[in-house]
Amino acid sequence: MNIELTVNGVRREFTIAPGETLLELLRRTGYKGVKKGCEAGDCGACAVLLDGRAVNSCLVLAAKVDGHTVITVEGLADDGTLAPLQEAFLDTGAVQCGYCTPGMLIAATDLLNRNPRPSEEEIKEGLSGNLCRCTGYVKQVEAVKLALTRMNGGNDA
Amino acid sequence: MPNHGQPPVKERTRSVEGFTVVRHNLRKVDGIPLVTGKPKFVADIDLPNTLYVKILRSPYAHARIVDINTARAEALPGVALVLTYKNTPQRRFTTAGQGYPEPSPYDTRMFDTKVRFVGDRVAAVAAETREIAEAALKVIEVKYEEIPAALSIDAALAPDAPVIHDEDDATGIYDPKHNIVADVDIDVGNVTQGFTKSDVTVETTCELQYAQHTPIEPHVVLSYLDEDDRLVLRTSTQVPFHVRRIVAYALDYPVRNIRVIKPRIGGGFGTKQEILLEDIAAIVTLRTRRPALIELTRPEEFISARTRHPMRIRVKLGAKSDGTLRAMEMEAISNTGAYGSHGLTVLSNVGSKTLPLYNKAEDVHFYGKAVYTNLPVAGAYRGYGATQGYFALETAMDALAEKLGIDPVELRRKNHIRTGETSPIFVKLGEGREGVEQVIRSCALDKCIDIGMERIDWNARHGKRIRDGSWVHGLGMSVHMQGSGIARIDMGAATIKMNEDGSFNLLIGATDLGTGSDTILGQIAAEALGVPLEKIIVYSSDTDMTPFDVGAYASSTTYVSGMAVKRAADEVKAQIIKVAAQIMGTAPDGLVLADEHVSAPSGKSTSLSEVCHYALYQADQFQIGATASFVPDESPPPFMASFAEVAVDTDTGFVKVVNYVAAVDCGTPINPKLAQGQVEGALANGIGYALTEEMLLSPHGGVRNPNLFDYKILGALDIPPIEVILVDSYEPTGPLGAKSVGEIGINAPIPTIANAIYDAVGVRLRHTPFTPERVLAAIRDKDRL
Repeated sequence: MNIELTVNGVRREFTIAPGETLLELLRRTGYKGVKKGCEAGDCGACAVLLDGRAVNSCLVLAAKVDGHTVITVEGLADDGTLAPLQEAFLDTGAVQCGYCTPGMLIAATDLLNRNPRPSEEEIKEGLSGNLCRCTGYVKQVEAVKLALTRMNGGNDA
Repeated sequence: MPNHGQPPVKERTRSVEGFTVVRHNLRKVDGIPLVTGKPKFVADIDLPNTLYVKILRSPYAHARIVDINTARAEALPGVALVLTYKNTPQRRFTTAGQGYPEPSPYDTRMFDTKVRFVGDRVAAVAAETREIAEAALKVIEVKYEEIPAALSIDAALAPDAPVIHDEDDATGIYDPKHNIVADVDIDVGNVTQGFTKSDVTVETTCELQYAQHTPIEPHVVLSYLDEDDRLVLRTSTQVPFHVRRIVAYALDYPVRNIRVIKPRIGGGFGTKQEILLEDIAAIVTLRTRRPALIELTRPEEFISARTRHPMRIRVKLGAKSDGTLRAMEMEAISNTGAYGSHGLTVLSNVGSKTLPLYNKAEDVHFYGKAVYTNLPVAGAYRGYGATQGYFALETAMDALAEKLGIDPVELRRKNHIRTGETSPIFVKLGEGREGVEQVIRSCALDKCIDIGMERIDWNARHGKRIRDGSWVHGLGMSVHMQGSGIARIDMGAATIKMNEDGSFNLLIGATDLGTGSDTILGQIAAEALGVPLEKIIVYSSDTDMTPFDVGAYASSTTYVSGMAVKRAADEVKAQIIKVAAQIMGTAPDGLVLADEHVSAPSGKSTSLSEVCHYALYQADQFQIGATASFVPDESPPPFMASFAEVAVDTDTGFVKVVNYVAAVDCGTPINPKLAQGQVEGALANGIGYALTEEMLLSPHGGVRNPNLFDYKILGALDIPPIEVILVDSYEPTGPLGAKSVGEIGINAPIPTIANAIYDAVGVRLRHTPFTPERVLAAIRDKDRL
């Protein structure tokens, strides 16, 4: 069947296979930033924004997103300018292997969209659906805080 | 053409303690593509006509394959190839990605006529799609003859135990008839006499569970033939050069026709120091002339990839009444599972990476066995035996301190190794063979202990059993060392060549798993060459394009590969100075390379760009560049003091880590944030290993919880506040004073948390993980006494 989907601001038509997940569709059509870690909704590596909210794309059937809007990690930078969260992940050392990073960035984007001034506990909760085996989350939480500070016009100190 | 005049006056680059690039928290060189989702990983490229490969796995723990009928699978439309023992090379090899000759036994075939654990390879199907490959697996008819299985260490060592490796063509097994892969036994002095002369002794036995690495990217490989028909393996590996060698051997195919590329990979932690898929992908591509993709699913990762070696470890310590250790005995029985990968070396490291820490003991005995079972296969896992050994050693030290009436911190201080000292264990026991003599040249453990005590508020909170309803708080600590590479075995090499704009290509065999090694090796080169990191173009881990390196394991990269980079950079620097002297018409003596210029005492100066233009185009032309190698004579240990506060719920047995502090001496931290990140990640992994992570096995030997829902690794909400403090030392044999930092952190949480639980509720946990059930049972047993 065919569906229409807006991905990173571009409206596209896709031919999908029966039972195909949004994760499979996105990776098959070139959005390789969407990562596959478990295909069971446990790790969050495949998170994308679906109509503005973070979802595990491995748990969403492609057939269900006809007419909807998706943002992947490839869509977070604005015309080559990195988003504050992306900058902060780089500056704090929050990226180690980088495999969980796209999902983490999506989860953090969703969090800040919903809650512009989250507490540390709320940040941890916001990232709790995304597993990372490299960092211990210390620097990822720090990155979200740094991005917040910068977005609110504060300096880095 | 470059301007030959004076360089513009510019501010000198800011310096941290004499360094301009090293010791700076620079961004990772591969960071931007990773935060923007660029196709950097193995499966992120699409090749036309790629075959999808799935593997059929044994449902039995131990069985002979009487016959396999693949006719129905082969007849399915879309199936390109079915592989079994009938049509694949039968040479035995080891899947352990170690230096040659590997200390692991050659006990594995690509496909065998016998299966030895639930999940063992039986067959593989290459098909047009994943769905077709999966359907084909279901119609392969396998006739098994089940044989009795040994599903525990004790069962495997029983007199009538089934022989797991009864084949006659396996080599390197210590005693195959008795399921013993490896045996280690070393003595210093006479431990029996040592205990007799001790005023106090303690003895404890610990057991460690099956646990897995769970990199977020499961194992994955993409193979293809390039335009010259050479086989390319784009694979998620820690050991590209070992992959090339082992695949060449297993397939009896020339090394020269294989190129292994490691792109970015999604974590390793040891499980990717193993050749698990590359041999199958290679043979599919060679037979079909088509690209082949194999990606393990998460359940397959749990069932068929590697684990940490479960162990039973007994330790006995004897001390004088003043707390000086007199004698240490450690016995380790390691379960290596169905194949002997890393069996000997992990067993050796249980002793070799722990016992030298307490070099005051005159009499030491370390012995043990690595045992085959019909259970999941163990392999390399961050910490590599040290993690297991420290559970026993550091909880025994805690018990000894109590028996002696000495503060546990003071007992460590009294006995730990220091700068200028050695341990006889260094010579007696290396990694799978004798070790090398070494004197500790850098050790800031005392300072690590001081800082850790202060940050955790040890004196005010240890031994106080602070109550909060049903919760009781306790503090624990432990101290640790690891190594930096394997002395006189590991090798790294680096090539540096110069470009006209004053930039340099840095080509390294070293393998960045996400650790940041590309970045810190670039920083070492940039520091030596007087350029900012942006001027170093780092390319790594490609067997065609980069020089040899053993790969990322044994905490070797910063130290071993880092020294290779430093040497290559120093050679390039000497060439640059010589050319600059020629340009400026002065003697090379006294010329200084800094800020992308070579300057003479006279004030004359020339830019690196000018130097390279001159060397490439003007006179006595040559490529400025060098290749250098490094093999360490020693393995200088990093040190760590680890402290934690826990709260134990006496109603439920639930253990909550309230606060974690680790002070680490890794020599010069080349990039402090990245070094800290290594320790934070290792601690988080270790806390999970201590509290929640356990592969549960069925009565038939299968994994009952092969997913990330039932196998609990910690998430952001589960992590306590973790403070990692890097404590300065300078390792004179390392690059710019650096030692390793990758593994040490994972050794600490088990003993630190066990000791903190004891401080809180007075029970010693002997079996990991410390689940509420085990803790509550221990509390109730104690109350019953």
